[in-house]
Amino acid sequence: MIVADKKLELVTLTESQRKARRNRSIAIGVALAALVIIFYIATIVRFGHHGSSLTGSGLM
Amino acid sequence: MALAEDRLMEEAGFRMSEATAGDFFALLKPRVMSLVVFTAFVGLVAAPVAINPLLAMIAILSIAIGAGASGALNMWYDADIDAVMTRTASRPVPAGRVTPGEALSFGLVLSVLSVMTLGVLINWLSAALLAFTIFFYAVIYTMWLKRWTPQNIVIGGAAGAIPPVIGWAAVTGSVSLESLILFLIIFLWTPPHFWALALFKSDDYARAGIPMMPNVAGQASTRRQIFAYALILAPVGVLPWALGYTTAGYGVVSAVLGAGFVWYAWKVLGMADDDRAMKPAKALFGYSLLYLFAIFAVYLVDCVIGRAFMMGGA
Repeated sequence: MIVADKKLELVTLTESQRKARRNRSIAIGVALAALVIIFYIATIVRFGHHGSSLTGSGLM
Repeated sequence: MALAEDRLMEEAGFRMSEATAGDFFALLKPRVMSLVVFTAFVGLVAAPVAINPLLAMIAILSIAIGAGASGALNMWYDADIDAVMTRTASRPVPAGRVTPGEALSFGLVLSVLSVMTLGVLINWLSAALLAFTIFFYAVIYTMWLKRWTPQNIVIGGAAGAIPPVIGWAAVTGSVSLESLILFLIIFLWTPPHFWALALFKSDDYARAGIPMMPNVAGQASTRRQIFAYALILAPVGVLPWALGYTTAGYGVVSAVLGAGFVWYAWKVLGMADDDRAMKPAKALFGYSLLYLFAIFAVYLVDCVIGRAFMMGGA
């Protein structure tokens, strides 16, 4: 294969680019974890075992 | 070598981002977001139905993220004019820390996420109102009104006024006259607030080619319109008491706050044409922020105390 013969070209990140990428990765990780927790707990609260007793607004 | 590589990448349309999480957070316009959160929270608490605290928190978070998303879309579209205004030149897109494409993607993803979260976990009326708000701010105001008419912030102000209605709808699943009065207070507050800013930042707006009222109708006309709006806003601020939604305590405080607004607007009306310092306009701008925060805070306290008394009496 031609692709296999070709050496893969990589971009070398500068120190500030590496720091910024790490900073963004942490923020995305924290946001995703928060979303998972929020959706998990909210699903239990909203659609949990008392689902049949929800009021018309569906919030009590 | 690295510099040459960077240049080649940029010429090829690639750019390694140095944007931090803080830059993306700045795209959400956190100061505007704080006002949205506060007014939405008041609408949510004022509603005559209880809500699970966790669901209330999620509703407020969704509204905040939706408002932030519309801010990111605004910064994506307005990067060209933000770059020439001193007040906005350091924003992430014009400053080059975030690319327009990144801001657009960020805004779109957060818009969908916030609306879907509100719809699935709270109710679809509040989600629809949030979607409408994002659309109204990003498309109707930012892409159309802002660069086209001096009435831009009058009509566009509706987007900033909806949060208490969304908060109310999140709890009750409906829209009421009481929540619409909260909308009306913010709607009528917006023109004098922004025109006070536009008076002492008129050079900035002129450079950017934005048809703000002072640049189109002139300073004297703007001052008269500010005063006219103040005269309408002051009694509307008292309406919640007049219609029996609050106690007399709110009525007295809102009347005093409204009188203060009219007084500051009166000072602006009396400003000389050649006044370059524009202290009265700056004072009105500062007071208008205090006014909105105070009137909603008093409304909130009145609701909480009123409910506590009702529960105590029951």
